[in-house]
Amino acid sequence: MADTGVVADDEFVVDESRRKLLLAATAATGAIGAGFVAAPFIASWTPSERAQALGLPTELDLAQLEPGQMTVTVWRKQPIYVVHRTAEMLATLGNHQARLKDPESTESEQPPYAANGVRSRKGEFLVLIGTCTHLGCLPKAHFEPHDPEIGAYWPGGWLCPCHGSRFDLAGRVFEGSPASVNLRVPPYAFDGPRKLVIGVDQV
Amino acid sequence: MSVEVHPPAAPAVKTGRLRAWFYKRFPIEEFISDQLTGYYAPKNFNFWYYFGVLSLLVLALQLFTGIFLTMFYKVGETTSFNSVEFIMREVDFGWLIRYLHSTGASAFFLVVYLHMFRALLYGSYRTPRELLWIIGMFVYLALMAEAFFGYVLPWGNMSYWAAQVIVNVFGTIPLIGPGLVQWIRGDYGIADATLNRFFALHVVAVPLALLLLVVLHLVALRRTGSSNPDGIEIKERLGPDGHPVDGIPFHPYYTIKDTVGVGVFLVLFAIVVFFVPTFGGYLLEPANFEMANPLSTPPEITPSWYLTPYYAILRGIPNQRLGALLLLLAIVAYFFLPWLDRSPVKSMRYKGWISRTFLALFVLSFLGLMYAGLHPPDPAYVLLGRVCTVLYFAYFVLMPWYTRIDRTKPVPDRLRFEAHAS
Repeated sequence: MADTGVVADDEFVVDESRRKLLLAATAATGAIGAGFVAAPFIASWTPSERAQALGLPTELDLAQLEPGQMTVTVWRKQPIYVVHRTAEMLATLGNHQARLKDPESTESEQPPYAANGVRSRKGEFLVLIGTCTHLGCLPKAHFEPHDPEIGAYWPGGWLCPCHGSRFDLAGRVFEGSPASVNLRVPPYAFDGPRKLVIGVDQV
Repeated sequence: MSVEVHPPAAPAVKTGRLRAWFYKRFPIEEFISDQLTGYYAPKNFNFWYYFGVLSLLVLALQLFTGIFLTMFYKVGETTSFNSVEFIMREVDFGWLIRYLHSTGASAFFLVVYLHMFRALLYGSYRTPRELLWIIGMFVYLALMAEAFFGYVLPWGNMSYWAAQVIVNVFGTIPLIGPGLVQWIRGDYGIADATLNRFFALHVVAVPLALLLLVVLHLVALRRTGSSNPDGIEIKERLGPDGHPVDGIPFHPYYTIKDTVGVGVFLVLFAIVVFFVPTFGGYLLEPANFEMANPLSTPPEITPSWYLTPYYAILRGIPNQRLGALLLLLAIVAYFFLPWLDRSPVKSMRYKGWISRTFLALFVLSFLGLMYAGLHPPDPAYVLLGRVCTVLYFAYFVLMPWYTRIDRTKPVPDRLRFEAHAS
């Protein structure tokens, strides 16, 4: 090597393994950096503080709800079906276990206090998230039993207009429906005999 | 294919000084000679070869009308629906711009479906055009995403519930499903946040992706050259000038032919835009003239006609996860066509009756699914959907078998083509 410090072409040897290591290290660092840069952009899509604040519990006065009636309220942009079931309605629930996909609600989503035969805290009040567990349409109430358009077996319940899923008066799905699980039960609690609070497990 | 490249110093054509100035700084002459006058396409293109260029035309139309709609549309839970009504009633010719855009969406799918059918008919997906086909499928996917996001923007009740149903399909993914759905929506239901991000995707992200994919599709096409109704590689037979003997320059021959196709297409398109813009509820659905309402599902939810085949597959399966999986497979199956088809010939002209029957059944099943998906889930339509689902998948799943045993006809050496019957 001359004193100029310039390396002649024939003296220039590439250390391939060192180059490979440097390439891999640079690429890995870059990839990790890209991951960190992606994180805030991905996080930006999660519900905003405002959306979360608007998702606080909803209250409903049950005094207006006569036996046999259903009302719809909203919690977290979801329709909540509240039904005041009559004794006759409750009596139908035990008669069609064999036609249900999940009669014991073992596969379905509900708080522990609603994981029973009537799927509710108090038998007469049924609280459901009114979006079909298939693809989120609103099942329509068909409380009249033996509805000729649905079938002679029909004990009363809900029929989804989108894809034909059928649910009984505890929100349990019938065999032959595209939905696989029962209608979901939101967390709820009673604040005294007349007030229902949706979105909390206890008041 | 060897393309004559002009020497960069002086263009072969007689030029003015302005043209020479540009020529020195920009390779326009090379572009024209590479892409148009020097691009040799098979000389026997028929009717089915119009739909590629028509897809480009509709893409341009959608971009153009979309830009104008964006000038008047106001995205937001409370403003979207009213701004669309404002466009329809108060913007001068707003109705025309919107009808061009809404009709254009359906026209886009129509020409793309015919373009895809051409590929199935003449084996355009076969080697060496596998990548061309796969890029084309990505264009189709981007187009479906673009159409879906666009469908949500008017914020009618059908927009809302279509968004609800489609987004919830992602909820069937094990483990991450529910979290993913909430992330897509940005709220506990389809909301203002969802509408805003769908707007961003519809007007910026997906169109850019679509344009990039279309460019890639054309680049891949320039490498392999177009297929043709005989399924013969014209590059294997070059004339003394180095060009395929069975090829003709894209310009002027096919530019002129395509001009005729474009003319006919525009006449039909204008008839729809001016006389039947809603097409009896198929292009613009009655339920969408009502504002989005989370507490009221329209009496019947059906997606636009171009997506109903997949919708019919989804809802025909009495298990939601399996239904969603089949929906995915129904689209993914197309990607594997180049490897499923084991026939020694490409074109249906030389394939035997078994392949023809399966293709016919596939087309019928696609139309059957489309029909079933446009109707409420009554038992008869569900049954039709299920039968057609079986036929649909039979086309793909049995293809390696039936294309091998099918008796094919010998393929000629040269393209079959008669210019005129004079």
